[in-house]
Amino acid sequence: MSDDWKALYKKPQELDVQHTGPLLLYNELVIDHFTNPRNVGEMENPHGEAVIGDPSCGDEMKVCIKVEENRIVDIKFKSYGCPGAIATSSMMTEMAKGKTIEEAQKITDDDVVIALGGVPERKKHCSLMGVSGLLEAINDYLNRKKAVIDTCYEKGISRS
Amino acid sequence: MKKVYLDHNATTPLDPRVFEAMKPYFTDVYGNPSSPHHYGRLAKQALEESRAVVAEAIGAKPEEIIFTSGGTESDNLALRGIAYHKERGHIITASIEHHAVLKTCKDLENDGFSVTYLSVDREGRVDPDEVRRSIRKNTILVSIMYANNETGVIEPIAEIGRIAREWGIPFHSDAVQALGKIEVNVEKLGVDLLSLSAHKIYGPKGIGALFVKDGVRLSPLTTGGSHELGMRAGTENIPAIVGFAKALKIADGEIATYHTKVLRLRDKLESDLLNNLSQVTIHSAKAERLPHTSCIGFASVEAESILLHLDLKGIAASSGSACTTGEPEPSHVLLAMNVPIELAQGSIRISLGKENTKEEIDYTISVLEQTITQLRTISSQWAVEGNKRYNLT
Repeated sequence: MSDDWKALYKKPQELDVQHTGPLLLYNELVIDHFTNPRNVGEMENPHGEAVIGDPSCGDEMKVCIKVEENRIVDIKFKSYGCPGAIATSSMMTEMAKGKTIEEAQKITDDDVVIALGGVPERKKHCSLMGVSGLLEAINDYLNRKKAVIDTCYEKGISRS
Repeated sequence: MKKVYLDHNATTPLDPRVFEAMKPYFTDVYGNPSSPHHYGRLAKQALEESRAVVAEAIGAKPEEIIFTSGGTESDNLALRGIAYHKERGHIITASIEHHAVLKTCKDLENDGFSVTYLSVDREGRVDPDEVRRSIRKNTILVSIMYANNETGVIEPIAEIGRIAREWGIPFHSDAVQALGKIEVNVEKLGVDLLSLSAHKIYGPKGIGALFVKDGVRLSPLTTGGSHELGMRAGTENIPAIVGFAKALKIADGEIATYHTKVLRLRDKLESDLLNNLSQVTIHSAKAERLPHTSCIGFASVEAESILLHLDLKGIAASSGSACTTGEPEPSHVLLAMNVPIELAQGSIRISLGKENTKEEIDYTISVLEQTITQLRTISSQWAVEGNKRYNLT
């Protein structure tokens, strides 16, 4: 994976003029997720949520998930960040949606980058934020579930 | 796709009249100005005529102009030239300088020189009294830029010049952004050294000049032939020098119309954005600024995302100086002005030029409004404001 970004190198004659300039190096799919990010927003009464910041660049994202029968049935995000952060967060939500908790927990930042067809090397850390946000939201969901079970359990004990 | 160039502080297009003036020096007049034969003499004539034009434009004598490869080299020659000549001592500069000055100063610190980096006020202005207070017995140079490349703030150079002269300390100013936009006169400014560049005034890249006042001693940085009064060895770039002189002549003649035009466009841009969007900050709005530069901060969005949206719509702007793009750090100029880091990260620079039209600015305003609104819809900061936040990393 570590060498994949080199595939983004284009010879001068191959350069798409629209994507040259200091902001180049993003491929069409990344641009698409940046200009039309999927699953943007928040939700009422999420089953799990997290706000996560990337101290290295000041970026931030918020993730909410809805879980039914151990499956992520809905996911929403908001992101304050660079194009890399927005696009990787968007792709992460697409990948997580419909997956079971266990499947979603296995999504890595590399998976997101591969799904996007690569991002510039200096933008790789952005994909980590999306995935960390997802994992924290799942943890939040699991903690809430555990709290509910514990409460039931305590109540059960006191009843007997 | 519509294309709008709004990054004139990075560089400008070549004026066609400049290109025309340069052409014969690529083809017909190709002699080396150091050669005694007539090929050389023709080139030498062009060189000295150009030098006289540049000198006159800034109120200097021809023998006070040294052609260099541009602003960065001029800054290096001024700072290192003085420092290496004096061998040791103290330099006063400002925290908002271009990297060509700041990094050179850092390097000189490694060489044993001491440097004071003056802070600026919220508007980005250097306080001349601070300069006075920072002067030490061993101060060998004061270097303060004439106008800032990111905010367009015009520094009180004449006042600082008086202080430096009072103390007999050489005074350098980087006037790369000011040239061609406001009056640049070395006598009125009281400078001993002044950096200039051609490609910010519709001239060619790779050419600039350093004004060195009579009597100011420098150590040259390149050695070789006795070109440029022994201060800068190397065969002179005649086509570029001719282009520089032509560009400066044109800029001088058109400065009044230029000023009115770009100022009107900037006023329109800034007032529309302030009226139509909330939480917009025009940096240094209260300071005296170059007429074409606007540094604008948008709360809760990040500059790189704004710039990519603009780029996709054909609009070229920048965040901070071009050199800063690609680094995650926000602009050192805005941070020096105590702009909160989040706002600095959401700040872009728009620098207008004489070829920009009202239609282009209207288009830019509408694209910017859409972009900011869309990015704020996505932004967690815009939504989270006032809510409980927790940081998990």
